[in-house]
Formats: sequence, C-alpha cells, structure tokens
Amino acid sequence: MEQQQEVVKGASLWRDAWKRLLKNKLAVFGLAVMIIMVVAVTVGPAIIRWTTGYTYDFIPPDGDLIKSFPPSLQHPMGTDDSGRDILARVLQGGRISLMVGVISTLVSLVVGVSYGATAGYLGGKIDNFMMRVVDIIYAIPYILLVIVLLSAFGGQNAPGWIQSISGALGSGQGLSQIILLFFALGLVSWLTMARVVRGQILSLKNQEFVMAARATGVSTPAIIFRHLVPNALGPVIVYATLTIPSVMLSEAFLSFLGIGVQAPFASWGSLAADGIKNISVFPWQLIFPGVTMALTLFSLNFLGDGLRDALDPQTRKF
Amino acid sequence: MIETNGHILTVNDLRTYFQTEDGVVKAVDGITFTLAKGETLGIVGESGSGKSVTNLSIMRLIPEPPGKIVSGDIIFDGIDVRKLSIDDVRSIRGKRIAMIFQDPMTSLNPFLKISTQLMEVTELHLGHTKAQAHRHAVKMLETVGIPDAANRVNSYPHEFSGGMRQRVMIAMALSCDPELLIADEPTTALDVTIQAQILELIKDLKARMGTSVILITHDLGVVAGMTDKIIVMYAGKVFEQAPTRELFATPANPYTKGLLKSVPDPAHEEGTELYQIPGLPPDVAHLPPGCPFSPRCERAEDVCHREFPPFVQINENHWSLCHFAKEVYAESVRERAAANLSETQIESHPLA
Repeated sequence: MEQQQEVVKGASLWRDAWKRLLKNKLAVFGLAVMIIMVVAVTVGPAIIRWTTGYTYDFIPPDGDLIKSFPPSLQHPMGTDDSGRDILARVLQGGRISLMVGVISTLVSLVVGVSYGATAGYLGGKIDNFMMRVVDIIYAIPYILLVIVLLSAFGGQNAPGWIQSISGALGSGQGLSQIILLFFALGLVSWLTMARVVRGQILSLKNQEFVMAARATGVSTPAIIFRHLVPNALGPVIVYATLTIPSVMLSEAFLSFLGIGVQAPFASWGSLAADGIKNISVFPWQLIFPGVTMALTLFSLNFLGDGLRDALDPQTRKF
Repeated sequence: MIETNGHILTVNDLRTYFQTEDGVVKAVDGITFTLAKGETLGIVGESGSGKSVTNLSIMRLIPEPPGKIVSGDIIFDGIDVRKLSIDDVRSIRGKRIAMIFQDPMTSLNPFLKISTQLMEVTELHLGHTKAQAHRHAVKMLETVGIPDAANRVNSYPHEFSGGMRQRVMIAMALSCDPELLIADEPTTALDVTIQAQILELIKDLKARMGTSVILITHDLGVVAGMTDKIIVMYAGKVFEQAPTRELFATPANPYTKGLLKSVPDPAHEEGTELYQIPGLPPDVAHLPPGCPFSPRCERAEDVCHREFPPFVQINENHWSLCHFAKEVYAESVRERAAANLSETQIESHPLA
C-alpha cells in the first residue's frame, strides 16, 4: 500500500483561537444567537411583509379592532397601542440597534486604534499630550456629551454632510438623527480603545522586529499600521466585541429617554419606552422587545468573554 | 561627494552619548575605522562596550532622545550619513546598508507571512510590483538555502526553526544587493552547528556578491575565520585594531590578551581554573579618570590610573590603546616565538 505523505500543517494563530472558542459553550451559544439575530433582522421584516403584509410602521385602517392585541398566530408578539405588529417592529428595531452598535464601534475602532497606536509608537512628549487629552475627555460624563451632541446637532441643526447622507438614503430627519447617533456614540467610546491599543503598542514597539523593519527603511506610518497594529489585533477584537453591547445599551438608554431614535423609526430602547406605558395592562409590549434586547446583549458579552479567553495570550492555558 | 579612497565606510571620531538620569553615558566615545570594499571587519567586545551602538549610529537608528550622535563623521560611499535627512537615510537603509539582528526568533514580525516581509523590502526600494517582488522573494529564499522555497515563502515565521529564520533575515537583508551588511551577533542565539552553517552562508554570499561586512560578536572564534581585520572595543573606545591574523598572534593590548586567554582550550587540564578577566565591565556613566580598563588590568601601574592612555601605532595597520602597548606587543612576539619553537619541537620529536 502506498502511503500518502501528509504535510503537517501548522495551526495558525486564528485557527488555534477558533478551536479554543468552540470549546467554550457560552461563547458558542452567544455566537449562535448572534448569527440567528443578524439573519432575523436582515431578512425578517421582508418575510413578515410578504406573509402578513405588516411592516414596522403599518397601521391597519380598521385599527381599533386590533389595538394592543395579545400574542396570536397572526401577531406572534401581539400589537402595540396603534395596532402595529410588534414582531415587525422588534425586528426593524433590532436592525437599528445592531447597526448603532456595529457602526459606532467601527467609528470608535478607527479613531481609537489610530490615535492609540500613534501615541504609543511616537512616545515621549507627544504621547503624554495625546493621552492627557484622552484623560480630559474621559472626565466628562459621556452620556451628557452625547445628549449635548444630539440636541445641538439633532433635528434641523444636523450638519450638512449628515443630511446629505440621509437624503441619499431616501429618508428625512428621522434617519439623520440615527446617523448622528452613530457618530456621537462612536466619538465617545474610542477613549478606552485608544488606551488599550496604546498599551499594546508600548509593549510591542521595543521588540526587535520593529528595529528590523526600521533598518530596512520602512516608514513610520507603515511600521505603525502594517507591523504593529496587526499584532495588537487580539485585544482590539475582544474590546470591540465588548464595546458593541455597551454602545447598544447606551443607545437603548437614550432612545428610552426620547433623545435617540425617533418615530416612525424604532429601536429596542424606544420600543421598551413605548411598552412601559402599558406595562400593567399589555405586558407583552415591554416583554418582547426587552427580552430580545437582553438576549442579544448577553450573547454579545458571552461572545466577547469567549474571544478574550481564546485570543488573550496572558490567560491562555496550556 | 567626499573622497573615499576605495573605502565603502569611514567612521571618524564617532561619539554617541545617551542622556540618562544617572548622567551622560558615553556608549561610543571616539571610534575611528575604515572599511574597504569587499572587506570584512569584526567588532569584538564585552556586553555594553558599544559594539551595537556603533552600528546603530551608522544606520542612524539610535533612539533620540535619549541617545544622540554628538560628533564625528560617518562617510558611507562618499555620503555623509549624519547630514542626511531622515527620508534620505530611509532610502539607504535596507537598500545599500542592510542589517542582520541577533535574535531571529524576535526579529521577524510574527503576524506577517515571510513573503509579505520579504516583498516589503523590494517593493519599497526597487519599486517591484507584487508579482516581481514575490518572484524575487522566492529567489532569495533559494539563495539562502531554504528548500521548497516556492511553498515555504507563504509560511508564517513560527513555522520556521531558528536557523531558518536567520536565513530568512539574511535573505531579507541581501534582497536589494546592499553594499554593506552589518551583522549584529548573527549567531548568538543559534546552536553551534547552525552557527557554523549561517557563518558559512554569510561568507559564501559575501564572496559571491562582493558585499562589505561588519560582523559584531563577542565570540572570538566567530571572527577568527571570517574577518580581515578586527576592532576590540571596551567602554565605548577602540582598544586595539589590527588585521585578524596579527591580532590573534601578537596582541598589543592587555585587554585583548585577557580575552584571548579566556577562550576555553579543548586541551584544558581538569582541575585547573579557567582564566577570566577579573572584575566587571565598567559603568560607562562613571568612568575612572585614567585608562577605563586599569581597575581590571593585571599590569596596571600608577600612570594607568592617572592618565588616559595614548593610541599607539605598533605598525602600519596595528594600533593599541595602552600606556605600555609596545611592551605588551614585544611580550606577545616573544611568547609567539616560544610557542612556535615548542610546536616545531613537538613536530620534530621522534615519538610524536
């Protein structure tokens, strides 16, 4: 028998981390819930519209009959006090909540990573100055900052470029408020990211491969972004997955207070705010958006913890 | 353009100081040497003697602050490196002067493929396209003797052994066909058989490409077979400078003699102690007023503790920093003659 020679394939860093992640049951649960959730909010609203004809802002003409209707086959999560299907609204709200989470985190990722990496690599006085700026912004309560940003630039006062984005997407003021929310939340949540990245870069920049790269004539920006940032990616990914739920929570909080997402758009926070008015009579109006949101936040946190265990070499067990 | 007299590198009275809380550390204090095209220079010394700082200064890689090249000229192929802007220096680094580092385990970026790291150099300096750079990377890996280079080029550094990584570093350093190769303790982190292979490889490539080499090491065995001339450094100063053969045969400095005596001899008799130079390398921030080696020197006299020694010329290519350079040299010559005599005696001995 001819034995085929098998080439030993070295396990790459990512495959190794992936294996460890799969061993963590909670993280797998979180990952599964998130995949289902993302699929549901992406295609869910279209399916509901196709099967039952309901959308998040569709108020039936004979609305009086089905206002605040309890869960049934036609309305699995019931209807709200205008007669709108809550399932459709929860899915649509999930779209916005997840988008706020992801886009704001991306904004914080771009700002935080570039800022932290630059400060960490350049070091000395520049680093000192840049990190003191971070400290000062840290000292301002971030929710206050977001509220100020939202009320200063919200509604009619939105900067031109935000209005043009929402105009291009074919919707008016409601959307520009949401886009503003993305940036407002992103711009206050990059601080910790910058600190995390700076710490990583500080410990990496004195390694010999950086000197070797400098000795081959690589420029400073290329060293920072091509050689150093990829090495700091593990903690960055972990921190980013943990930033998503915290940003989503802030969004829910703001929408609950009525300064975030505005009607006719919905997010889980604004749905909960609508539901709480009728909590003693029509509890499903609060329970369904609330439970969906809690499940998502739990899952993201489990996933983030799992990723940290899988990617962080310090806590790695051999 | 400055007159070079066929020298690829001229370092003249180079001083690199570091400002620390403990005072000014004169890591390199007045180094002068020249390197002819195709020549190999060995720089030997204990840890902290300024070997590496000398070479980082040549490439302008000294971290500033706290470091600073205070004075001196570094003339590389007629270019005054100290006067160049940092962009111009970058265009020399990796292209005309390349460097190999001590620890191959840490000098490759663990996150980037070997191909990415090899291609970066040629894309940067030779303007290669991705495809050209990739071909060149494979060719360079073949040159340094990595089997199955076309496949291995796509590996990550952790899939390579230490010796192979050092080969990759050499491939990277030689990618742009540099005129000067600085090897900073290239074999310290490798075991002895691999060390021999790597040195053989450097020697072979040097002969083929006509590259000038500066080899930094603290292993006298390494420089013996590789170099044309040697500089012995101590406390940031050149203690002795001589052609390799002459330095090993007739050293003219007590420090060099001590180093040579410290090399373990295979014929060493069991029970007798190995020779070592007494004391520790000095703190370069607080040097004694006289000769920096005087506290450890066996033949130090009053004058050594009081006055800084002169740089004595023994013959055309041989210099030594010592008050008693001529005496030490004469002593070495006598010892050599005696040793030669006993060797001939052994050879002619009827029973041998």
